[in-house]
Amino acid sequence: MPDTTQPIRFGSNAGQPVSRRDGIAKVTGAAPFAADNQPDNLLHAVYAPAAIARGRVTHLDVAAARAHPGVTHVFTPANRPALEGDPDDKPTMFSFRVEVLQDDTVRYAGQPIALVLAETLEAAHEGVRLLAPRYDMEPSRVTLDDATPFDVEPGGFGRPAATVHGDVEAGHAAAARAIDVTYETAAQYHNAMETHAIVAQWDGDRLHLDVPTQALNISCAAYAAFFGIPAENVTISSPYLGGGFGSKAIPIGPNVLAILAARAMGRPVKLMLTRQQMFGPVGHRGATRQRLRLGTDAAGALTVIDHDGLSATSTFDDFMEPAANASQGLYAAGALRSTHRGVRLDIGTPGPMRAPGEASGSAALECALDEMAEAAGLDPLDFRLINYAETEPGTGKPYTSKALRECYAQGAERFGWAGRPLAPGQMRDEQGMLTGWGMGTALFPCPMFFAEARATLRPDGTALFETSAADMGQGAWTSLAQIAADSLGLPLEKVEFHAGHSSLPDGGVAGGSGHTATAGTALHTAGIDVVRQLGEIASADPDSPLHGAGNARFVAHDGRLWIEGDDQRSDAIEEIVMRAGGVEITGQGQGGRPQEVGETYAMNAHGAVFAEVKVDPDLGQVRVSRLVGAFAAGRIINPKLVESQLMGGMIWGLGFALHEKASHDPATGRILNADLAGYHVPVNADVQGLEVITVHEDDPHVNPLGIKGVGEIGIVGTVGAIGNAIWHATGKRIRHFPIGIPDLLG
Amino acid sequence: MKPFDFLQPATIDEALSAWTDGAAWLGGGTNLVDLMKTGAVQPDLVIDITRLPGLNAVEVLPDGTTRIGALVTNADLADHPEITARAPMVAEALLSGASGQLRNAATVAGNILQSPRDAFFAHQEPASDPLASAGSLSVLGAEGTATAVNPSDFCVPLVALDAVVELQGPDGPREIPLAGLHQLPGQGARTALRPGELILALRLPPEAAGFAANARYLKVRDRTSFAFAMASAAAALKIDGGRITAARLALGAVAPKPWRVAEAEEILTGQAPDPELFARAAGAALAGAVEIGGNGWKIDLARRTAARALAMAAAGTPARIPALPASPFGTTAGDHAHA
Repeated sequence: MPDTTQPIRFGSNAGQPVSRRDGIAKVTGAAPFAADNQPDNLLHAVYAPAAIARGRVTHLDVAAARAHPGVTHVFTPANRPALEGDPDDKPTMFSFRVEVLQDDTVRYAGQPIALVLAETLEAAHEGVRLLAPRYDMEPSRVTLDDATPFDVEPGGFGRPAATVHGDVEAGHAAAARAIDVTYETAAQYHNAMETHAIVAQWDGDRLHLDVPTQALNISCAAYAAFFGIPAENVTISSPYLGGGFGSKAIPIGPNVLAILAARAMGRPVKLMLTRQQMFGPVGHRGATRQRLRLGTDAAGALTVIDHDGLSATSTFDDFMEPAANASQGLYAAGALRSTHRGVRLDIGTPGPMRAPGEASGSAALECALDEMAEAAGLDPLDFRLINYAETEPGTGKPYTSKALRECYAQGAERFGWAGRPLAPGQMRDEQGMLTGWGMGTALFPCPMFFAEARATLRPDGTALFETSAADMGQGAWTSLAQIAADSLGLPLEKVEFHAGHSSLPDGGVAGGSGHTATAGTALHTAGIDVVRQLGEIASADPDSPLHGAGNARFVAHDGRLWIEGDDQRSDAIEEIVMRAGGVEITGQGQGGRPQEVGETYAMNAHGAVFAEVKVDPDLGQVRVSRLVGAFAAGRIINPKLVESQLMGGMIWGLGFALHEKASHDPATGRILNADLAGYHVPVNADVQGLEVITVHEDDPHVNPLGIKGVGEIGIVGTVGAIGNAIWHATGKRIRHFPIGIPDLLG
Repeated sequence: MKPFDFLQPATIDEALSAWTDGAAWLGGGTNLVDLMKTGAVQPDLVIDITRLPGLNAVEVLPDGTTRIGALVTNADLADHPEITARAPMVAEALLSGASGQLRNAATVAGNILQSPRDAFFAHQEPASDPLASAGSLSVLGAEGTATAVNPSDFCVPLVALDAVVELQGPDGPREIPLAGLHQLPGQGARTALRPGELILALRLPPEAAGFAANARYLKVRDRTSFAFAMASAAAALKIDGGRITAARLALGAVAPKPWRVAEAEEILTGQAPDPELFARAAGAALAGAVEIGGNGWKIDLARRTAARALAMAAAGTPARIPALPASPFGTTAGDHAHA
């Protein structure tokens, strides 16, 4: 349960567990998603996915597809119209090379190799089947051992730099006890309930897209670049996303193909990926192999954390999961080293998938920590407290705030961690199930991007707030409106909130757990700008009680404007506006972080996750019977939504630990379980006893609203906690994820 | 998908006479439609049999035979009082399969004819390495060939209880034991159905009810619900005076068909129930198992699953089907809110 004693600093809306403003629209089906759009004269597009991972397409039966009733056109590399922008270029920093029928080379299974357009969706699918591709197949490389690792050349997004703090060799030499362990994590594929979808419509050289995107304005620029038109000629409507998880932050090739087809055919085109097509061209969490060498002195203080990550990427682009970075910010080791290597495989380019780097890196780090604690004969929680970092390890920067100690304490208390036997295999429940307790620490950084917003106070006392900010299901429609309402001291129902369209002020990226902080700050400052203007009007108005207040700071609450710190003088906002002639007052706001804040401080959300698992002693089947997560993430705008989002993250962590894995066919390189029947995520029956505690944290530095973000941290820590609990139940240290029955038999 | 003709016959005769090569019967559609969407099955004609009269009943005949109409849904059958009373492990197996939505749609005849869920069945082109899906390859009855297991839960207790399949075809009615419905590699088609034959009903013989007091289905899998078995077992015992007077044991997810093991039943019969006996019977059940593609764990798991199922059966059928049917965690307190 959320901590309801938390003070509310800015008004009466933030801090309240308001239900989703879009909830009824969503559960009744009234909320329009991209693929719900049916413009007149629509053509349906379906692409043919490569069935092999490496080779060349030698034949497509285009004639058969064209001959199918309803099929209007087939695009292949032989006749694909030209693009103005080079698809090998990266129009924005959040872009990867897109495959848009450049050539007949197959670089991964699921790569688009042809596009069929038809009057009906069924005809388009049948056209794809009739293409009956033939291939010249080469041996595919799909596991981490199939190619030679290379050192990552640092270069921003997806190319992490090595980081070293302190004398690593001395740290190894000083260790009284040491471990050297290697963990692996499987390739995972984002599977939002709403698969990628687009409806593209051209009007001359203007382009309108209905497409779910976590980054509306960046996407406009990216798609514009491919088609040689100015970014302002592109509009994107994206009011609702059925989940994004990072996959919808990136421009994808199938969308470029749909836009291209719409231009070539002179008709609107709709393309929606099938579930199977989600396993290929739209990013994924690449497989990792991580070696961790840890040492402690005789008292259990870490002398070194030496973390090397090997990450899979594609043969044609770079996204190396920055897993080893998870070891940088958490424990006060004498020396820290994070190194990154890549391996090029015949797979689609990986990309950011909810908690990129942190999820995979923490899974390995937190299990290694457990192994180190065991070697040192220490309780895992005590061991983490011995190595608690009061300032950021390595840099020595102070934290803007860090209530991790309280997370440990409150989580342990709620879970009942005290009395946990140190040795594994000691606990059984009344059914005879092996029972184990494990824990993991969670950390996620608090990035801010850049966003803009506009606030308009209307003469009738209502306000309109606008920012393009996307809601990918996390609740931005609600929590951002709460922030907006508080900036003008208005009740939520007096605030109209517009978002999800690129013509609105740029709301930035819904990603990196930074959306509420960034877009929220923009909305807040837009409201404050209105308040400032109200103050100027009132100060200049002889009829106002605030007349002559001059340069005083004003605040709005309870429908009135006040001089900050003076509860004697105020004026009704409606009257200020009326006396000024019933004008609309418009304010502009921006959200972002001054560079010096990041240079001065270290900023993270933190958490502690405790897991109880039951393992059948004979059959090896595992059930997570309890999960308790305590998180400190700055100010909580909407406890109800935040609790849900943290729960969702923890459930994802459960899936990471026990379920999610793409399995490749060694002969073709194809993913064998590319659907939700074969690619498992947790179901209701897998989730029991899930508890979230939000620990109070007042952060005056991270941003004016004190928000840290909760989008991703729930996964982090949970994976390791479950792996550690399985060890504690069984005595078996399984060094890969997911952990399955064959690992635990007998 | 490939265009097809669609018929909704009103009588069984109409349905039978509508059959042509390349046709497919459509029941609940939970399997066929998926396969049509992936292109693995491309019928020219889909014959919707869900409107055929007289195939929706569960009845107990005067001699004690339980007759189950082909169109009874999994959900209805699992909740039917005659089934929960006479063949509780059948209900438990049904409830352990798929999800509530699917059980509402799926029919019993469709269930016993369902296709392997092996990835190679659904996506056969181009040539792949079947060993990559070793977890769903048979360790029994496949002579070491890479053959997908039969994925049905329902069939496992049915075959243990000597279920019979009533058929109607172009050459008239006939019946075959369920044990003979699914065929092994080398026996020809995947099932013994002749072209154009329709399943009208399943029958459980009167003796089946004699096992009701000690009958369990156990299903082991990596996810608590909504997943196919990695190994399963239906175990049914008659216990009289501290001795097993009759035993039935069938295994699921280990062979191209539901796998009845007479050798194990013989070992059990006449003995006092105890863990050592169950281990011996389970060992005999897997004696001929052959590992393929590194799935030796499956043999081990199936052996353990069989032994556990026998122990659960010996402990007695619970008064109510557990909230997590057929799960090793089925009896865990506090499950009810989450199943």
